[in-house]
Amino acid sequence: MSEIKKIKNLKDFSTSADRFEGANLLCPGCAHSIIVREVLNATNDDLVLSAATGCLEVCTAVYPYTSWDSSWIHIGFENGSTAVAGAEAMHKALKAKGRLKQDRDPKFVSFAGDGASYDIGFQWISGCFERGHNMMHVVLDNEVYANTGGQRSSATPIGGSNTTTPAGTHSYGEKRNKKDMMQIMAAHGSPYVAQVAPNKWKNMVKAIQHGLAAEGPTFLNAMSACTTEWKFAPEDTIAVSDLATDSLVFPLYEIIDGKELNITYRPKNIVPVEEYLAAQGRFKHLFKDQYKHMIQEWQDRIDGNWEYLQRREEAKV
Amino acid sequence: MATKGWDEFEIGAMLRSFDGKAENIATTMQEDRAYSSSNSFTASVADWRIDKPVFHKDYCIDCQFCWIFCPDMSIISRDKKMIGIDMDHCKGCGICVEVCPTNPKSLLMFDEHIEDEVALAGWPEKDEGEK
Ligand SMILES: Cc1ncc(C[n+]2csc(CCOP(=O)(O)OP(=O)(O)O)c2C)c(N)n1
Ligand code: SF4
Ligand code: SF4
Ligand code: SF4
Ligand SMILES: [Mg+2]
Repeated sequence: MSEIKKIKNLKDFSTSADRFEGANLLCPGCAHSIIVREVLNATNDDLVLSAATGCLEVCTAVYPYTSWDSSWIHIGFENGSTAVAGAEAMHKALKAKGRLKQDRDPKFVSFAGDGASYDIGFQWISGCFERGHNMMHVVLDNEVYANTGGQRSSATPIGGSNTTTPAGTHSYGEKRNKKDMMQIMAAHGSPYVAQVAPNKWKNMVKAIQHGLAAEGPTFLNAMSACTTEWKFAPEDTIAVSDLATDSLVFPLYEIIDGKELNITYRPKNIVPVEEYLAAQGRFKHLFKDQYKHMIQEWQDRIDGNWEYLQRREEAKV
Repeated sequence: MATKGWDEFEIGAMLRSFDGKAENIATTMQEDRAYSSSNSFTASVADWRIDKPVFHKDYCIDCQFCWIFCPDMSIISRDKKMIGIDMDHCKGCGICVEVCPTNPKSLLMFDEHIEDEVALAGWPEKDEGEK
């Protein structure tokens, strides 16, 4: 078992040598990159990584360039998870046969967008978890198919305007509520499932290290504020992320062994959901008289969810 | 075109990050790496910028907020100190400036064409209204 990297504070953390490189083609201010950096820097272990098709993959492997200083594979949109699972299975088999040239134990991590995780790659992820591969799947959850221009996914929240669910005179945009992937992955019996956000870096590093140290398939749903599709200025990525975690729109919590839920971050001052919505162009129309009722709907739903999470934590279920 | 059998694959592309031996990359700093020409580190996105961040080290408290939140690995921190900005890879997003907690800020955005010396000479004073 490899040692867990000691990261007491941000100064400690800043001595990490990045294994993800610049001059990738992600938008200025893209949170995908902040998430990837935190994951890669949270460990000194060798890494075997994959990325499903999406902004992260498209922007970091533009032939003839790679932005990844570790083993990295891309196959398709749906099967980033199985690509890494295959590598993990091969590693295990070669090790058992004594055929590894070097006795190193890498960590296996797949990155995928919400489209690639919640929708199109879902059965592949489910298969990886059911088979019990020793890997971590990280969702870069920007709640939209960003790389193809902003189509809704099953992670898109209600009331957002997207290219396939546009707001207008007859519609407030997306009509369905976000799918609860945390519960679904926990139901696979995963030893560790957590919702994280890169602005809360310490919380996130702890979750990454917990996930990497666990035996079996682990899952992180990482909120990725998208300047282009959420429609806010690139310098505000962290400010918008703070609004998301502090309004509890993205509550940070973990579920251990599929049955023990812990809230891992409690905001000192809970911000009204309205402030989170107001900071993003995708919700602009909700502030018109016609759709204003949606703001209260949001607040009530978020309050209800927070209450539910607290009840579960208290009951240790 | 000849058809392929079920066990014949297209050859995948392998993009090598480094020339020669690369061990313990997690602890090898950028300046000590032998990057291959297919590592994007050897390319630049400097021409993406409209505004650029300028660093005023006198006010910096080395909190490293800019380091953790820069999406482009462009804040250069060594031995727990912020020492500068990698202007080849900075895209000018402005996040580092937003998260910098000092008063006045130790990082500010300026027009790309303004000389750093001019920017530093005109640095704002401490804002007494803020803490
Ligand atoms: C099977 C398949 N369907 C559709 C596409 C087209 N496609 C490429 S990237 C993408 C969107 C990715 O969205 P998401 O997974 O959320 O990642 P993001 O770009 O938002 O980070 C789509 C639809 C594809 N490449 N392969
Ligand atoms: S569209 Fe969004 S997720 Fe994609 S690169 Fe731009 S900011 Fe990042
Ligand atoms: S402007 Fe953006 S890319 Fe440039 S150093 Fe600051 S945070 Fe990094
Ligand atoms: S955020 Fe500001 S004070 Fe903190 S290390 Fe960066 S420049 Fe220095
Ligand atoms: Mg997405």
